[in-house]
Amino acid sequence: MGLTFQSTQNSALSDIFHIDKKEGQYVIALAGNPNTGKSTVFNSLTGLHQHTGNWPGKTVVNARGSFNHLDKEFILVDLPGTYSLFSSSVEEEVARDFICFGNSDAVIVVTDGTCLERNLNLVFQIMELRDQVVLCINLIDEAKKKKIEIDAKGLEMELGLPVVLCAARNDIGIDDLKATIYNLITHKISSNPKTLYYEKEIEEAIIRLRPLLEKYNDNINTRWLALRMLDGDRKLIESLREIISGDDMEEISSILNEIDICKDKQSIRDSIASTIYNKAQEVTDKYVKSNPKKINRDRIIDNYVTSKKFGIPLMLLTLAIILWITISGANYPSALLSDLFFRLEIRLTMLFNQINSPGWLYGLVVLGIYRTLSWVISVMLPPMAIFFPLFTILEDLGYLPRVAFNMDHYFKKACAHGKQCLTMCMGFGCNAAGIIACRIIDSPREKLIATITNNFVPCNGRFPSLIAISTIFLVTKEGFAYGFLPVLTVTGLIVLGIAITLLLSYLLSKTLLRGVPSTFTLELPPYRIPKVGRVLYTSLIDRTLFVLWRAVIVAAPAGAITWILGNVYIDNMSIIGHVATFLDPAANLIGLDGFILMAFILGLPANEIVLPILLMSYLSTGAMVELNNLDSLKSILLDNGWTYLTALNTMLFCLLHWPCATTLITIKKETNSFKWTALSAIIPTGVGIVLCMFTTLIFRLLGWG
Amino acid sequence: MLKLHTASVGSVVTVKDLSSTGSLRERMLALGLTKGAKVEVIRKGPSGDPTVFNIRGAMIALRNEEASLVAIQ
Repeated sequence: MGLTFQSTQNSALSDIFHIDKKEGQYVIALAGNPNTGKSTVFNSLTGLHQHTGNWPGKTVVNARGSFNHLDKEFILVDLPGTYSLFSSSVEEEVARDFICFGNSDAVIVVTDGTCLERNLNLVFQIMELRDQVVLCINLIDEAKKKKIEIDAKGLEMELGLPVVLCAARNDIGIDDLKATIYNLITHKISSNPKTLYYEKEIEEAIIRLRPLLEKYNDNINTRWLALRMLDGDRKLIESLREIISGDDMEEISSILNEIDICKDKQSIRDSIASTIYNKAQEVTDKYVKSNPKKINRDRIIDNYVTSKKFGIPLMLLTLAIILWITISGANYPSALLSDLFFRLEIRLTMLFNQINSPGWLYGLVVLGIYRTLSWVISVMLPPMAIFFPLFTILEDLGYLPRVAFNMDHYFKKACAHGKQCLTMCMGFGCNAAGIIACRIIDSPREKLIATITNNFVPCNGRFPSLIAISTIFLVTKEGFAYGFLPVLTVTGLIVLGIAITLLLSYLLSKTLLRGVPSTFTLELPPYRIPKVGRVLYTSLIDRTLFVLWRAVIVAAPAGAITWILGNVYIDNMSIIGHVATFLDPAANLIGLDGFILMAFILGLPANEIVLPILLMSYLSTGAMVELNNLDSLKSILLDNGWTYLTALNTMLFCLLHWPCATTLITIKKETNSFKWTALSAIIPTGVGIVLCMFTTLIFRLLGWG
Repeated sequence: MLKLHTASVGSVVTVKDLSSTGSLRERMLALGLTKGAKVEVIRKGPSGDPTVFNIRGAMIALRNEEASLVAIQ
């Protein structure tokens, strides 16, 4: 039996790294450091021919795509971004195992042209494992701007690999990369990675180990195997023990012991790592010319962005400006859309009258489904379509890691992981996405803390509701000051959410999830000017329409159900009326009314539909109102007894209640535990109830509520 | 022995040894904190911690707890 994937890994997992391919298809692995624009290279190569999922049994994203070049078809497998292949995390293990045991025909290593020395570490490690390697130096446009000159031909000679320069964001060099892969596969060019030699004792041991390993080996580089035996990859040695005969294993052990006498495993690892990095430094010094003066642009920006004085105020200001643009920008299109939908509703009504449709059908379709849908779209779409692109711009700029850096001190005090801040940023888009993002946290304890508290960040389904309510109640005048109070309120609510996150993270660390913060390293990538076209595309298509579509799917049946509940009468009162009456005493305690509480409960599938359901419920009990602008919204709410306290507590409860169904399912999937899923719903709801009771008490004591 | 977290902002120091273990040691090696590596101390965070270092051309933030595991010359 040879050293194949099946023999070296648990056989139950043996299919993980095998990619099905047909005759004439080739599998290409895409490896690289984080922040090298690897996913941009992946997108540029595959266009829309891609799909994502998880590696079987692992919570690591597995993206695959395909592209054609001339007569060949290539399947591209995007590996997780890693700094090294020494399996210190699940990502590194997946990347290493796929490169090592998978059936890829070649590996593309994507590197950052502005930070080649660090990136070469991974390149050398992959060169040790595989022969068919292409070095793709990405971001050469950034490198040029920073006056960094890269001698690609020289690197090609030095490393023995084909080198392609590219700027994937602008599709520069992508055709070249395709052609290089094609030529490599069809043997028009060759890749002969140069061997990197280590210190004498290691090399001598390798010479003695290789012949012993050779006879058991099918396709894995024996030099690499010998090295891993020397630096003590325990998992690998264990699985080798089962295959290698007793005599040979004994000899291997004696060689390993001999070198262990003069050097322990740790110093062998250190020595190997140093040798690789020294080589990387030597190669970079030789083939990369940089102008140190020019590189300082990012530092000057960081002087402000991460400074003691401006860091956190700037962060809050950025948040406020984004909200201000969203609120003031969303108002007009929102009014336009609801006007349009209202006129369409009149047409629909006429149509239903013409065909003499029964009243219940008209009610169900137009007053139930159509109305809810039109509110969801007119209230949710404009803020999302403005907020998502702005947020994507911040993401692409490289601002978010700076936020994590500025906030780290607080997270450390809360005994939480520094990267929790990044998962919260993702939560602004969608809490389910934020919870998936918690995978970046290695420590299980801190991952759970981040998961449970992610819901304290208002997602895109919730903050249009926050914006709508604060706009209805707090807009005072037109012009520049327009939306000033709502912006302040929503910003304040977000800051409150962050404060509660920190407080609860601390409390959880002291009670259910005891422990001290684990270690972490955070890379601050260079600032990059976002590509506006790409930002609009990804944020509108990927995010806005995706989120809106999900809301629409949920809103249609919810609208129908709400209408039925509002129009089926039992004892002279609609079911909604009964439910609301039942919930009223409880809701009253937290400054809400039964209808609001019911809307939150019915809104479990998606937070976007809470406000539309609420309005539907109010309307089903009272007179019809022409709902074509925010003023009429306000009058409905006032007619139903809303006060400033109701508005405040509805916003608070919107921020602090159970996560939506999608998020709960995601939490269950990621934690694999009912207990933590239940706690993720109970804890925010508990906080919301306590806080709302508190404000209610204050308001009533002061005689305002 | 001098540790990385005591190095002053603006200075360039040389890594002598790591006292971290396990996956943190692997991560540090992967980032290029190998013996003899030059590390520039770029700035402290708004609250004095973490600190940004220029390691092999990349900006890496480490908390004091981690930086104190790196011995320097």
